Amino acid sequence: MAIAIVVASSTAADVLTSGAMKNVGDIGELYQTQGLAVVFKRVATNTRLLSGIFFMAVSFYSLLAALSFADVSLVAPASASMTFVTDAIAARLILKENVDRRRWVCALMVCAGVALLTH
Amino acid sequence: MSAGKLLVLATAVLCVAAGDVILGFGMKQVGPVNSASQLLFAVLNPWVALGIVFLIGFFASYLSALSWADLTYVLPATSIGYVLTALFSRIFLHEHVSLTRWLGIALISLAVGLVARGPVLTPTAASEPIASAGSAK
Repeated sequence: MAIAIVVASSTAADVLTSGAMKNVGDIGELYQTQGLAVVFKRVATNTRLLSGIFFMAVSFYSLLAALSFADVSLVAPASASMTFVTDAIAARLILKENVDRRRWVCALMVCAGVALLTH
Repeated sequence: MSAGKLLVLATAVLCVAAGDVILGFGMKQVGPVNSASQLLFAVLNPWVALGIVFLIGFFASYLSALSWADLTYVLPATSIGYVLTALFSRIFLHEHVSLTRWLGIALISLAVGLVARGPVLTPTAASEPIASAGSAK
């Protein structure tokens, strides 16, 4: 149950933060052309990022709860495993990323690898 | 990919692995959590706090990577962090790493190698945010 909450909230967090950072633009370029203050302002005032961080907090606290009664090498990979697949689906549908065959294979390999880690 | 971008990904990977292991160590000291308030006070444990510092470092480099790469690139690329987490928890927390876990480690490493050879950013997604950022490329 704790793991399901971690997966759902971290998928929401990943999609929101990724969308937000694409909105902000390349931080490296922004830093070089407009300075650190602009980078901070753009990142800190992005509401999509802030809602992403909220979901990250939900996922973090459910992860903490799970860590207190199970091995770190079990819980961290188990929740992450499922998140890779849900993230790939969400990135394709919501962020319109070009999730080609290579990326699907990678997402599934990481998912399987992470599942193996839990054994 | 430039050396700077590689460094950002490497920092993310090291921070997430160190953060998870230190958090795990801290939460074992805190013990089983039964209530929400106990969970909030768990951050007062110095190891949990240090774990959080590392995870903040991860977050900063992760956000930076997301500003120039697709989510479906950054996630598999940083997943080598889970391999490091397993290795670190074996070394520092003395958790058992079985043969199946080593197999999982091998699979993740392969996936990371595979995704790293592909494109970093969906082309159509790239032009728009850079234009709105007002910088020429």
